[in-house]
Amino acid sequence: MIPSLPRPLWLRASTAVFLVAFLVFLFLPLVIVAVFAFNDANYPAPPWHGFTLDWFLGNDSAGRVGLFRDTQLLASIWTSFVVACWVTVLAVVVGTANAFLMERADFPGKGALSMLMLVPLVIPGVILGISILAFASRVADFASDVFGLELDFLRPGLPLVVLGQFSYIVAIATLTISARLKRFDRTLEDAALNLGATRPAVLRTITLPYLRPALVGSAAIAFLMSFENFNTTLMLVGADSPLTIMMYGRMREGATPVLNAVSLFLMVASALLALTLMRRNDRKDA
Amino acid sequence: MAANSTAAARPDLEAHAVIKRFGHQVAVDAVSFSVARGSFFSILGPSGCGKTTLLRMIAGFIAPDGGDIRIGGRSMAGVAPNRRPVNMVFQHLALFPMMNVAENVAFGLARRAVPRAERTRKAEAMLERVGLAGAGLKRVDELSGGQRQRVAIARSLVLEPTLLLLDEPLGALDLKLREHMKIELKQLQSAFGTTFVYITHDQSEALVLSDHVGVMNRGHFEQLGTPQELYYAPATPFVAAFVGANNRMTGKASAVHGELVDVTTDAGWRIRARRIGTIGVGAAVEAFVRPEAATIGRTSAELAPLAGQVVHAGDVESLLFDGANSAVLVREAASRFEFRIALPQTGRYADLKVGERIAFSFDPERAACFAAPPAHA
Amino acid sequence: MLEATATAAWHRRLMLGLLLAPALLWLFALIVLPHLDLALLSFREPVAPRKYVPSLAQYRTFFAEPLYWHVFMRTAILSALATALTLLIAFPVAWTIAKLARGRMGALLFVVCLIPFWVSETVRTLGWMILLRESGVLPALLVRLGLTNGPVELLYHDATILVGLVYTSLLFMVVPLVGSLESLDNSLIEAAYDLGSGGFAILRKIVIPHAAPGITAGCIVVFMLTLGNYLTPTLLGGKNSLWFTEQIYTQFITRFNWEQGAAFGFLLLALSTAMVWFGLKLSGQRFSDVMRRT
Repeated sequence: MIPSLPRPLWLRASTAVFLVAFLVFLFLPLVIVAVFAFNDANYPAPPWHGFTLDWFLGNDSAGRVGLFRDTQLLASIWTSFVVACWVTVLAVVVGTANAFLMERADFPGKGALSMLMLVPLVIPGVILGISILAFASRVADFASDVFGLELDFLRPGLPLVVLGQFSYIVAIATLTISARLKRFDRTLEDAALNLGATRPAVLRTITLPYLRPALVGSAAIAFLMSFENFNTTLMLVGADSPLTIMMYGRMREGATPVLNAVSLFLMVASALLALTLMRRNDRKDA
Repeated sequence: MAANSTAAARPDLEAHAVIKRFGHQVAVDAVSFSVARGSFFSILGPSGCGKTTLLRMIAGFIAPDGGDIRIGGRSMAGVAPNRRPVNMVFQHLALFPMMNVAENVAFGLARRAVPRAERTRKAEAMLERVGLAGAGLKRVDELSGGQRQRVAIARSLVLEPTLLLLDEPLGALDLKLREHMKIELKQLQSAFGTTFVYITHDQSEALVLSDHVGVMNRGHFEQLGTPQELYYAPATPFVAAFVGANNRMTGKASAVHGELVDVTTDAGWRIRARRIGTIGVGAAVEAFVRPEAATIGRTSAELAPLAGQVVHAGDVESLLFDGANSAVLVREAASRFEFRIALPQTGRYADLKVGERIAFSFDPERAACFAAPPAHA
Repeated sequence: MLEATATAAWHRRLMLGLLLAPALLWLFALIVLPHLDLALLSFREPVAPRKYVPSLAQYRTFFAEPLYWHVFMRTAILSALATALTLLIAFPVAWTIAKLARGRMGALLFVVCLIPFWVSETVRTLGWMILLRESGVLPALLVRLGLTNGPVELLYHDATILVGLVYTSLLFMVVPLVGSLESLDNSLIEAAYDLGSGGFAILRKIVIPHAAPGITAGCIVVFMLTLGNYLTPTLLGGKNSLWFTEQIYTQFITRFNWEQGAAFGFLLLALSTAMVWFGLKLSGQRFSDVMRRT
């Protein structure tokens, strides 16, 4: 129970044991992945053969291709990065427009539209993927049959991956940004107008700076969700594989510790991103 | 010289028959008034009387349905809020939390594309004038309530507006600070000489601060005048009841003697009061007597020097001790009507006991009697 | 004056149009129309190359073929089980974060719980594979400890799939739970205790009713994500995983039988929607409130 009430010793002890076990459960897989990135063996498995950086730097001289020489992996990281950037920009821009639409505008059917905006969040990613795949292909077929147009971006490939991920990530961005916009005190806008600001200046100097934490936050979430997305991407991917798809393929084949190396790289990158964001928030709170 | 004097004579704010409707409800009903340059004008009224709507029309956030608002002699019809020579101190101040104090003060200057160096200089000078020198780099939420208030005023005054509007800016402060800020506001206004238009539901704020007050009720002005006029010569029963404390009695006029009326209250008490407006014998009336207009005595003999005043008898119902504002609630002996009397500040009657029989009287010239307004639907 | 208001009205309509366009484009081009198309696709049958007739054949196949039916039910049951397990594990953690930890400890613990989820599911699954496979860390440890004679294969069991699913889902349970527990006023618990309630009674009468919205939100999201998961079951369950999303993938991508795949997709969507609806009915909540919570 809560600290202000007496808690028997057994309860306190078992709480502590449970927490430790939970944290081990939480971090064990990550630690294992990180450790075996440095194991001097051809498979990420015990026993420990000593420390090596081959899985980062190896150049195929000993049959080991390290992360920084593995052009396939590097290309897939780049692909994921490009896709994530597109998804982030689209999701934040459209999410902001949606937030203003839902919080500021009034029009018939608003209630229904706000419901509809939540729907993508409860559709399993695989189904989002196949429905967009099927629909895009049908549109492309139609354009090809009727107008003789080849709409290649509607065939499986990166543009479709971007659209597929965007379709549900923008719903999250919309929720995040709307929540903050809802708390905005509109007299601040009145005050700015009263002090001589034009409408665009109010948006630039008052409203957007206020929304900034939500914009940055939803951009980070959008980037991360796009980078990590698997289900929707799997259905829409073409010749260029993003990182998750590439890793999945290799994991099924039983891959070398280069996957551990790329995983560690991802962990470090995510941690840096998380730290930067938290630093920003801390500065705001201070 | 001549041009100067005409400019000085021209009111800074004129409203001509300004109307605003929301649906079927008339929020502001053909209100006309003018505010002289450099004066402190208050619009006083209960919540929902239309004063906020009126203020927002002056600021330009709401367009009037009819009539005209002129500021500095120029009609404001179709002029956007950001193009009016008017600045506003908002009810909750609306300081920009994403900016520091200096940036808040310089905000309006930046919108006018004033060069950065001049902006900084002006903002600093303005902060110094409101007693916040050196606070420019502070964040808004690091300031106390009173300091925030001053930032809000500085932010507006730095733009040298023709008119400063204040929307109940003291409402959010606690009582002590409110008293203090009242004085500070008045001093700021006289120091800057800017025309202030202040809205409030607090009659004491309006009386203390203003040169002129418009008392607003149900969308129109009941009375326009100096605080003294409102207090001593209320024009309507609403003003008599709303401005200052008052004993209110309803009844019928039993006799009219020139300027004075004999009133029999609903409780059956007979009093005499000064007639305001026309009142016929038998008409329904409302009479008001200020607590301090009545005099109290332990016996009727004590009140003998007040020749010509009717002496009433009463029982002390309760004592309301509040230092210099102490009063006593008395029940008139026959009608049992509850009547409030201010106690003299000498403390002479501080030892009154509940239940004690006392005598009291008041000067009919200082009691006001109005024809009862028709009942509102 | 009139002209000005007319321009303003036109301006407003233009703004509304500009704001509506992306929303409508998104919702119709990427959500509504694709799903309608998917529905149409699932209700037809190829009779000759590029010739189709409306039919229920795809759904008939699903019910007629025991394998599909079996996989579907198995997916649903394992998902429900994973959701329940996640709730059981996440609740004490959320309680510790929201109620027991003092000062910054709570916030720190919360952040620590979130960290693994900043890393891709692929990476986390890789970790479990290295830990659990026959040549992996845990089997080696078991041999070293003398608990087993030789290395045992810990991958490719239903329990393995459950572990992976619970692991992946924890975040989505902990976050709404912490939110709803933090809003519970401690003095309510103190009052209940003061009035003679024991720990279990407090949990049942005070805590769970208060946290019900968070519990529902967490369960709905976890169930939905588990049901739609592909990576964890296929990698940790291997060939035995028999997860329904895998069937959809097989029909759609491997066999290029879009009609069958569309029908499977719709069945999964129906199950997921039914569970969401059921969860909302059970706890008497509105969809929009639940989604805002997560």
